[in-house]
Amino acid sequence: MAGLGLALLNSLDIGLLLFIIAVGLNIIFGVLNVINFAHGALYMLGAYMSFALMAGLGLPFWATLLMAPLVVAGVAILIDRSMLRFVYQREVADSLLLTFALLLILNESVRLIWGTGIHVIDPPVPLRGAIDLPGGLSYPRYSVFVLIVGLCTLLGLWLLFNRTRLGKIMRAAALDREMAQVLCINTRLVITGAFAFGAWLAALGGAVAAPMRAIDPGMGDKIIIESFIVVVIGGLGSFPGALLGAIVLGLIHGLGGRYLPDANLVLPYIGMALVLLFKPHGLMGARKSA
Amino acid sequence: MTLPLRLFFLAAALVLLYALPSLAPFFYLFIATQILILGLFAASFNLVFGYTGMLSFGHAAFFGMGAYATAMLLQSLHWPLLACLLVSFAAGLILALVIGFFCVRLDEVYFAMLTLAFGMMVFGVAHQWRSVTNGSDGISGFSVGSLGLGLDFTLGNPAVYYRVVLVIVVLASLALYRICNSSFGLILRAIRQNPERVAFCGLNIRLYRLAAFTIAGGFAGLAGGLMAPFLRIASPELAHWSTSAEPVLMTILGGSGYFLGPFLGAGVFVLLETWITSLTQSWMLFLGIILALMVMFFRRGLLGTVLDALQARRRRRLP
Repeated sequence: MAGLGLALLNSLDIGLLLFIIAVGLNIIFGVLNVINFAHGALYMLGAYMSFALMAGLGLPFWATLLMAPLVVAGVAILIDRSMLRFVYQREVADSLLLTFALLLILNESVRLIWGTGIHVIDPPVPLRGAIDLPGGLSYPRYSVFVLIVGLCTLLGLWLLFNRTRLGKIMRAAALDREMAQVLCINTRLVITGAFAFGAWLAALGGAVAAPMRAIDPGMGDKIIIESFIVVVIGGLGSFPGALLGAIVLGLIHGLGGRYLPDANLVLPYIGMALVLLFKPHGLMGARKSA
Repeated sequence: MTLPLRLFFLAAALVLLYALPSLAPFFYLFIATQILILGLFAASFNLVFGYTGMLSFGHAAFFGMGAYATAMLLQSLHWPLLACLLVSFAAGLILALVIGFFCVRLDEVYFAMLTLAFGMMVFGVAHQWRSVTNGSDGISGFSVGSLGLGLDFTLGNPAVYYRVVLVIVVLASLALYRICNSSFGLILRAIRQNPERVAFCGLNIRLYRLAAFTIAGGFAGLAGGLMAPFLRIASPELAHWSTSAEPVLMTILGGSGYFLGPFLGAGVFVLLETWITSLTQSWMLFLGIILALMVMFFRRGLLGTVLDALQARRRRRLP
């Protein structure tokens, strides 16, 4: 029973980390109508950037947590202005191709700059070790921190989209870009902003994940597939869907890793296939005409 | 170009390709073999992308599947090559049927995402199911015995293997060409242009998309089956998404609107790869940059851009 509790807690911290990344994917899809194939690469860039800021400039962890995502968001603005704007008006396939090209470019640039080896950064002192839970369990302090960051992001996003003018503008641009333009909303700015914001979220996930996972050039590949599974399970473009999908995938990992370690590799795909069979638009997805 | 002229050029090219072993040194034979196999791989991808309008980022799954099928059969059962290739084709076909069943249900955004995800699942299985696929080491140490059909070739000789690949790729491409230009192929093109209208005509779009995807998977499997004896190894990298990027780039490079576009793209791709990898390690970086530039500025590919320019010139000359 105690083991089950621990597995559930583990699922929750994997799930919330995935949520931070997948919700960025959803925001970009909502406003740009494009699936960002380079999202995993941006996540990886966030992790490498916090490694570089920490090892290269000697900044403390808290500063890198703040700065690394901002640097990546800046990179995203450059990408949007120099590449994506050429294909806004074209068919979807072109934007997909372009973000795919971006994935190749970013992945290889990371390899070129930081090498193919594994890098490790240590969590700051207050987040090392474990805390004791009732029932003789212990839970890593860093996982508690991930839970807190995840919940704060969740709350922040909810406030942004439901309580602020900026959030309303983004939702309006997502819903009907032309109509928003008619209402004097600078949609070009919103599009660039949404892409940068999505990239910021991906990089935040990367910076948070950096101390608990190995930083290597393959880390982006793993996370992009996981975020795809999250948005397919939850429903593409749905905010609560991203949360639900992330928690479902977190549970699959947490419980699957404990009770069915041999099938752990294919379980997420089986989950995704089942959702596609019975709820093709995801658990929380709105049924848009395809 | 008129039809007889086109046929003449095609026949001349084929004769030249067949005579290549006596014209060029071994090094170019390797490159030519690679171009032919990857050309077939890219052409099968273009049946899904250029003809049906679905962008697949997981096409390497079927390529890898075909490679593993041939490699395993050669290693453990020593079957003749043609029989192995037949199994590779069937394996690609069946895998594509299963994966396609889930991927063609929704729109193209979902399709692109799901093909990448399921493709990486195949990679993951090849990478981690050590008892069957030998993990990251892949299947190697097999040798190609006979071709089959009672033909006695020494397939270990690169010149002979090149000619075998040439004949098989040409036959497979002819079959693919027939499919693309049949009434089935016409419906696929109609689906790419306007799926709603085709649906209103009473056709089951999902079924047609699935059929195109499945056939493409079969031909990709065949290409993979040809690749394994050429590389002398079937490794998980053949199913990785970076291998899926290759037919995408080849097709965009050559021109997705033409049947021969992917073959031209494969030629340029392999020559570029050979040239760039001799200068620097980061070939994938260049691949990404070329893909981005092609998509942004030359979306119709080399073939499309050249043909458009020729047509524009001819039109200018006529008053």
